[in-house]
Amino acid sequence: MIPLQHFLIVSAGLLCLGLYIVLVRKNAVAILMGIELILNGASIAFVAFSRYVSGAVTGQTFVIFIIIIAVCEAAVALAIILNIYQNFRTVDTDQTKELKG
Amino acid sequence: MENYLWLIPFLPACGAVILLIIGRFLPKALVSILACGTIFTSFILAVITFVQLLGLPADERIIHQTVYTWLQAGVFKASVAFLVDPLSIIMLLVVTGVGFLIHVYSIGYMADDKRYSRYFGFLNLFVFAMLLLVSGDNLLMMFIGWEGVGLCSYFLIGFWFEKTANAVAGMKAFIVNRIGDFGFIIGMMLLFWSLGQVSGQWTVTFTELREHAHYLTPAIATAIGILLFVGACGKSAQIPLYIWLPDAMAGPTPVSALIHAATMVTAGVYMIARMNFVYVLSPTAMMVVAIVGVSTALFAGTIGLFQKDIKKVLAYSTISQLGYMFLGVGVGAFGAGIFHLMTHAFFKALLFMGSGSVIHGTGGEQDIEKMGGLRKYMPVTFWTFLIGTLAIAGIPGLSGFFSKDEILWKAFSSSNGHWALWLVGLIAAGCTSFYMFRLLFKTFFGKNRSLHPEHETPEQEVSGSPECCDTPDAHHEKHPHIHESPWIMTAPLVILALLSIVGGYVGIPAIIGGANHIEHFMAPVFETHQEAVATHGEAPLEHQEGSHGTELLLMIVSVLVALGGISTAYYFYMVKPHLPKQIAAKFAFIYNLVFNKYYVDEIYQKVFVSNLLRLNNLLAYQIDLGIIDWIVNAVGLGSVKAAIGSGWTDQTFVDGAVNGTATTVLTGGKVARIPQTGRLKNYLTWAVAGVALMIVGFWLLLR
Repeated sequence: MIPLQHFLIVSAGLLCLGLYIVLVRKNAVAILMGIELILNGASIAFVAFSRYVSGAVTGQTFVIFIIIIAVCEAAVALAIILNIYQNFRTVDTDQTKELKG
Repeated sequence: MENYLWLIPFLPACGAVILLIIGRFLPKALVSILACGTIFTSFILAVITFVQLLGLPADERIIHQTVYTWLQAGVFKASVAFLVDPLSIIMLLVVTGVGFLIHVYSIGYMADDKRYSRYFGFLNLFVFAMLLLVSGDNLLMMFIGWEGVGLCSYFLIGFWFEKTANAVAGMKAFIVNRIGDFGFIIGMMLLFWSLGQVSGQWTVTFTELREHAHYLTPAIATAIGILLFVGACGKSAQIPLYIWLPDAMAGPTPVSALIHAATMVTAGVYMIARMNFVYVLSPTAMMVVAIVGVSTALFAGTIGLFQKDIKKVLAYSTISQLGYMFLGVGVGAFGAGIFHLMTHAFFKALLFMGSGSVIHGTGGEQDIEKMGGLRKYMPVTFWTFLIGTLAIAGIPGLSGFFSKDEILWKAFSSSNGHWALWLVGLIAAGCTSFYMFRLLFKTFFGKNRSLHPEHETPEQEVSGSPECCDTPDAHHEKHPHIHESPWIMTAPLVILALLSIVGGYVGIPAIIGGANHIEHFMAPVFETHQEAVATHGEAPLEHQEGSHGTELLLMIVSVLVALGGISTAYYFYMVKPHLPKQIAAKFAFIYNLVFNKYYVDEIYQKVFVSNLLRLNNLLAYQIDLGIIDWIVNAVGLGSVKAAIGSGWTDQTFVDGAVNGTATTVLTGGKVARIPQTGRLKNYLTWAVAGVALMIVGFWLLLR
């Protein structure tokens, strides 16, 4: 049987990968993808802990919610990105800084 | 019933304030109504007061009103208070009455002037000051009025100040008056101080001064009398301070009539009559007054003989007549002096306004050599002028005769008089009638010399009166259309002419069947010399009234002298008009001496003015520039140095602290702004870094 640590390493790897993408990429769509990776990393950790530590299905239930919220988030975020593109003709986050103080 | 007394001077003051402040925005008609209306109301009030005064018993004819206490210091107290007695009511009536007529006349005379409202404002202000002078109940009020009339005189002489000569004439009048005022102030203070010393009465009101005057020693009284007379000399143009009056003719002619003939210049006579209780104590002071008066009468009379400017002749005539008044008060005939003051106000105002009418009608001409034959052009002016001339010459039946004769008789007969005073006065009377009729003949008779230039006389080349400048219409036409003045100017002339005739009837002497009302009316105000001496406990002097026969004889003599002056003038200027030139050529030295006014102005210039200027230069350039300015500059330089030091401290430390605070905040802001890039990723990086830090921290703590 695969020990818990392996799941956690994969989970942490996904999370760090997503975080890296969010911090480094300029493209808003790529950032959105990075966010998905973070969420998936977190989901794996939830499921793994649920299976190995408690035995109940609380973690799985949580992951279902995460997936649903991620869908909603993706839909809203893509709509925002489309609007940004219409207004700025770009989705480069370095150039959309109207609100800079 | 006396509550309105203060209104008499107050109304013209109101008029003056209104006219001087907002007069320029008012229409001319309103200005005229306001100016004349205030004076007329004052005149009506004065008449009412006069009637009230007549209703009182002869010894109690005093109306007194205190408005408020002006200043109080210990026992000394001066109030704004008015005193109306027979002396001041005559002055009030003359000032308001003649003043009103001259105001009306001015409406016509000044009609085209651009400073119309200012003129009437000053005229009202003058009347206010004059009324204060004659109706004040104490010396201080009198002094305020005294200075006020001088100030207004200055304003009005220099009224057409565009010409430098006019402004200079105003200044000359003011400065010469200051010299007299200096004597007046000293005399006033000496009277106040010495009376306080000997009697313990520190007072300035006339009634109290009169009550206690007998405490004064004759020496002090003489000093006070002469000092006050110095003031009177300045104001009333007597030797040696008469020089300003001829120059004062630079003002508008109605001003000459009001201020320099009828009212202000007689203030000195009024003052001496008012202070009679001091003068009766000192025969010396009275003698000085009489001698100065009679010499001025003769001196000015002789200068008047050859003057060419119509107003200058009248000016010297005024000086001469004022000399008569001083002769009157100087020999103790205060009533006669005031009587002459009154009649003189009538006929001299008439003559001046007549001359103003002539000047107006000929388009600004003042040289009598260029006049002549005006009788048919301006009949009203001619007839009224003739009446005025007859009155001043002393023809029986007109006012001037009674008053002048009264003075001459008193000069001869009273205990302070002397036959020499009478004789000099008589000669001056002869001069008066000669030069007045010369003026009349040259102006109104014969052919007009400006329309017929071939009649020009060589005398004109000597003409030395560059100051003549009474030109209401600035343009001189070569052949002005000579015309009679409008009715608003001739109506006052007619009224004054009537007054010049009947004005004397209040003082017809007993010798020719009159009652001499005016003298009895004023008698309670004046102390006779005998009373004053009697209170000193000495034996009263024998009253040396001459006999009736002598009085009648002297009267006839003076009439003959007047007629002699007239006939001489007729002979010289009507029968043989070329004779004067021949005589002038023969006695060129005397003629030039007199024509140039005995060079008194030049002598004053050499002796006083130039030396004063030299002293001024010494003071200005040596003392002022050398010493005082040096000190001032040194102090100034020190202040500048100190200020520089103070400024350095200020900039370095105080400003440094303030600026330092600001700079610190600014730098802090700049530094704090660096992480705030506006890029979400940067913020997120910080957040991630924070989380990482927290994880590391927890790991280290929980290990």
